[in-house]
Amino acid sequence: MADTVTPHGQEPIRFETHPSRYKHWKLAVDGAVARLSMDIDEDGGLRPGYPLKLNSYDLGVDIELADAIQRLRFEHPAVKTLVVQSGKDRVFCSGANIYMLGMSTHPFKVNFCKYTNETRLGLEELSAEGGVKTLCAVNGPCAGGGYELALACDEIYLSDDGSSAVSLPEVPLLAVLPGTGGLTRLVDKRKVRRDLADVFCTLAEGIRGPRAAQWNLVDKVVPRSKFVATVDAHVQTLVAQSTRVSDWEGLVLEPLGATYRSDGADYRHVTLQIDQAAHVARITVRAPTTDTPTGATALREQGNALWALRAFRELDDALLNLRFNHETIGLLLLETEGDPAKVLSSDAAMFASRDDGFVHEVLLFQRRVLKRLDQSARSIFAFVREGSCFVGSLFELSLAADRTYHRDDPDAESPATVQLSALNGGAFLMSNGLSRLQTRFLHDPERPAKLLAECSIYDARAAEKVGLVTLAPDAIDWDDEVRLAIEERASISPDALTGMEASLRYAGPETLETKIFGRLSAWQNWIFTRPNSTGPRGALTMYGQPERPEFDWRRT
Amino acid sequence: MSSIATNEKIPNNVDLTSDKRLQRALEEWQPRFVDWWKEMGPEGFQEDQIYLRTAVSVSPDGWAHFDYVKMPDYRWGIFLTDPIKDRTIGFGDHYGKPVWQQIPGEHRNALRRLIVTQGDTEPASVEQQRLLGLTCPSLYDLRNLFQVNVEEGRHLWAMVYLLHTYFGRDGREEADGLLDRRSGADDKPRILGAFNEPCQDWLSFFMFTYFTDRDGKYQLLALSESSFDPLARTTRFMLTEEAHHMFVGETGVLRVLDRTCELMAQDPNQDARAQGGIDLPTIQRYLNRWYSVSLDLFGGEVSSNAANFFAGGLKGRAKEDRYEDHIALDQTMTLTMVKDGRLVDEAVPMRNAMNEVLRGEYIEDSQRGVDKWNRLLAERGVNFALTLPSSRFHRQSGIYAGIHFDPAGKIITEAEFNAHKNEWLPSPEDEAYVKSLMTKPVFEPGKMANWIAPPKHGIKGRPIEFEYVKRSE
Ligand SMILES: [Fe+2]
Ligand SMILES: [Fe+2]
Repeated sequence: MADTVTPHGQEPIRFETHPSRYKHWKLAVDGAVARLSMDIDEDGGLRPGYPLKLNSYDLGVDIELADAIQRLRFEHPAVKTLVVQSGKDRVFCSGANIYMLGMSTHPFKVNFCKYTNETRLGLEELSAEGGVKTLCAVNGPCAGGGYELALACDEIYLSDDGSSAVSLPEVPLLAVLPGTGGLTRLVDKRKVRRDLADVFCTLAEGIRGPRAAQWNLVDKVVPRSKFVATVDAHVQTLVAQSTRVSDWEGLVLEPLGATYRSDGADYRHVTLQIDQAAHVARITVRAPTTDTPTGATALREQGNALWALRAFRELDDALLNLRFNHETIGLLLLETEGDPAKVLSSDAAMFASRDDGFVHEVLLFQRRVLKRLDQSARSIFAFVREGSCFVGSLFELSLAADRTYHRDDPDAESPATVQLSALNGGAFLMSNGLSRLQTRFLHDPERPAKLLAECSIYDARAAEKVGLVTLAPDAIDWDDEVRLAIEERASISPDALTGMEASLRYAGPETLETKIFGRLSAWQNWIFTRPNSTGPRGALTMYGQPERPEFDWRRT
Repeated sequence: MSSIATNEKIPNNVDLTSDKRLQRALEEWQPRFVDWWKEMGPEGFQEDQIYLRTAVSVSPDGWAHFDYVKMPDYRWGIFLTDPIKDRTIGFGDHYGKPVWQQIPGEHRNALRRLIVTQGDTEPASVEQQRLLGLTCPSLYDLRNLFQVNVEEGRHLWAMVYLLHTYFGRDGREEADGLLDRRSGADDKPRILGAFNEPCQDWLSFFMFTYFTDRDGKYQLLALSESSFDPLARTTRFMLTEEAHHMFVGETGVLRVLDRTCELMAQDPNQDARAQGGIDLPTIQRYLNRWYSVSLDLFGGEVSSNAANFFAGGLKGRAKEDRYEDHIALDQTMTLTMVKDGRLVDEAVPMRNAMNEVLRGEYIEDSQRGVDKWNRLLAERGVNFALTLPSSRFHRQSGIYAGIHFDPAGKIITEAEFNAHKNEWLPSPEDEAYVKSLMTKPVFEPGKMANWIAPPKHGIKGRPIEFEYVKRSE
C-alpha cells in the first residue's frame, strides 16, 4: 500500500530535498565562501492556510536549511566560511510563522521546535567541530526565530540603517517563549547581561543601531553604505581563521530512494515498521554485508555506499518520519540484524581514519543522528537477541534506549552478544558532552575506560552483570517479558513518560545544548498548552485577530 | 483656555516653564533642530525675509500671525488644542473610560512607534523639497513652499514635545534620531519609503501636497481620536496647519491645468507642450504616481497592527463619532483579494481592516479635488478628465504589491504592465521635459512661470504682486 496519507489524514512530511528543489533558500558556493540566502516563497508553505510573509518560516523552510548545512559538510569541503543572509530587500527574517503555529497541533509545534533546534545546533557544530566559521549578516528586521538563527552563528553583523533591528518579541507579543534556544544563547553563549536581556526580551520592537552592539546582541553594527564591504572583508578574515580540513573532493549526497508505506518505510539498511493499533514502532538496522576496507582513500571511494553514512542517513530519515508522521506511536523498539564482525570492521576502519576530513564528517553525522534518537520523545527499548548485532556504533542504539533486553539463551545456535568498539569511547558524545558509556556509568567513572580496554564479548548474563544491558530474561520467559514490557509501557501516560525519560536520559553535566532542550521541553511546552497562549483568548490564538488576549493573572 | 507663552525661547501653550527638566531638554534640542534646518532646510534662502504665518495660539479666530521672518529665526512652538473636559475614550476595548493623560505601560512602545513614524515624515518632506526653491514659478509659490516647510518643522516639534514629555530617555533618543535620519540617505534613510524619494519638480510638489499631505491629514485625524489625550490634542492642532498644505496642492494643480488649457487654446494643434506648458496626459501620469505612492502610506489592507491600535484605543478612524459602532468587533469589511491570479471578495474582521477604512475615506476626499479640476477642464471646453487610478494600481506594499494591475484595477501580466508603463506613469522623458520647464526661478513680484496660471488671490489680503519673499542680496 502506497503511503500517501498519514493516519491523521494529512500528506506525510518528507525530509529529503535537494538544492535544485529549494523553494526558500539559495546556496551559493564560491571557493572558500558559501552564502546561504533566505528568500522565502510566500506561497510555498508546507501546509495551506498561512502565507509565509516577510521571510517567516515553517518546517519546510527548516528542512531545506538542514539539507543545505548537510550538503556544505559533505559536498563542499573547500568551504571555510558560511554567510547566512537574507535574499529579500527589506527584511532579514521575521521568525517562525505565527499563523502556522496558531494552526498547528501541540505535538507538531513541539516537534517543529525540536527540529529547528537540532538544525541550529548542527550549524553550531559545523563551526565548533567542522571548523567552518559562520557569520550572520543581518540587514533588515530580524525577529524571533530569525534572531535565534543569527544567534546560532559565530558572529552577527547588523546593518545600521534605522530599521534593521534584532528582537525576541515572543513574550510580549505572543505570550510564548522563543522556541529555538534564543533565551539560553542570549545569556549563556553571548553572555548578554541578564538584566539587559530582560529588557530586550520584553521589547517587541527589539534593539537596533549601536545599542545592539553595546549590549552584545550583535558583534558589530555597520552603516548601511559600508555593510556589504565590511561583511565581505570580514569573511576573508574568517576564511583565514578556519580550521577545516579541505583536502578531499566532496561527496554529492544521493537520494536514499526509500519506499514509504502507510505502516512504515523500507531502506537498504533500515526498516521502520509501525503497529498503529499498539502504538509501537520497530526500527531495525542491518549490519554491512561485507568487511569495510581500511584507509581514508578506500573509505572515500565507498562514498554514498559507505555503510556508516548510508545506514545512519536512513536511520535519521526513519526517526524524522516517526516523529512527524506518526505522532501517536509511543514506544520505539530498536533491533539490529546481521554479522557483528562486519559492524566492528566498519568501526575499526572509521576509527583508524577519524582524522580524515570525510570520515570526520561521517562520524559527526552519526553523532547527530544518535542525538536525534536521544531527543525523540518516545519510549525506547532495545532488544538484543540471536541474529542481532548490537556492537560498537550500533551498541550506541542500545545505550540510547531507555532499557535494553538481552535474551539469555545459552542453547541457541549463536547466542546474542554485545561488544564495544573504539567508537564507543567518545566519537558519539551526547548533548551533555559525555559519551553514552560515561553517562551510563556516572556512578563509576573508571568503568567506561576499563570496559573499552577489556574489549570483551558479552553474553546476556555478562552484559547484565557489567551493566551494559538492563535485563537478561532467559529464553523461557523472553516472550512474556517482552510482551508485558511493551504492554505496560503503552499503558502509561505519554506526557508523564516524555517528561520522565527526558529527565533521566540526560544525567550528568548541563551544557548549552541540554539547557536548550531542557528549557524547551519544560517551559515552552508548558506555556504552549496554557490558556494564556493557546486558550480561546490566549495571545497566540488571538494574534492577528481583532480582539486582544485575556490573561489569567495567577502566577504558577 | 490655556495660557500662551510666546515670549519664551520656545513659544508654547503647555506651561513649559513649570517643568524645568522638560524645558531644559527641549531647549537643548532646539539648537540641534536649527542646525538641522540650516543643513537640510530650503537651500539658498535661509537669509531671506519670508512673509510667513506663525502659530501663536490655538484660538480658532486668529491663531496665526503673519509677518516677514528669516526662516532660521522662525518661532517654532508647541501648541495643543485646549483639553475637552471629561473627554472619554471613543473607540476600542476601553470605550467610554476616561482618556489617558499619561501613557499606560502596556501601550508605551506602540505609541512611541506611532509618534516616531508620524514625526519622521515631517522633516523628511522638508528634505525632499529642499531644492525646489531654486526653480520656483513665482514669489507667491516660493513663499507657499516655505510656509509648508516651516510648518512641517513645527509638526516635528509637536511630535518631539510628546517624545520628550512622555517617553523618558527612549523618547529623547528617538527625538535625536528624527534629526539624524536623512531622506534618501543610504545609511540613515527616513522610515517610510515614499519619504526617501526626492520631490524633484513643482508638479511633483503640488501632487505631493495634494496627495501625500492628505495622507498626513488622515493619519492626524485618526491619531486625534487617540485615547492618549496629549497626542489627540497635538494632532488636532496640526490639522489646522495641514489644511493649507493641501490648499497649496489643490490650487497648484488647478493653476497648472488652467494654464495648460490656455496654452492649448493658443496652439493650432491644441499641443500644450509646443507652447511650453505641461500636457494633460503628463499631469495624469504624475497624479497616478503620487496617488499610488500615497496610498501605500496607509499600511497593509489586512493588518494585525491596525487591529491592535484600534483595540487598544491608540489610533481610531477619522471622525470616529460619525460611526455608530465604536467597538467594531462583530463587523467585517469586504476586501478584494487576489487568489490564484483572480480577484475575489473576502470578508475581513473590521478591526483588521482599519487601514483600509482610513484609506477609503482618503480616496473619497481625494476625489473631491479631482472633481474640481475636471470642472475647470469642462469650463474651458477641454475634452479630458483626470481620474484617480484604482487603489490596486502600482502599489508597493499591501496585498496588491508584487502583482501588476492596469489603472482600472484589472490584473495584467508584467509584460503588459511594462508595455504600458510610460502611458501610466511619468517616463524619464516626461520628467526631463517637466524639469526643462523649471530651470530658473521667477523672482519678479507678481510674475508667473509660463507653465502655471496666477492664483486667484494673494495671501492674507495681500495682492498677488506682493513681495512675498525679500531676497537678501
Ligand atoms: Fe505635517
Ligand atoms: Fe503637511
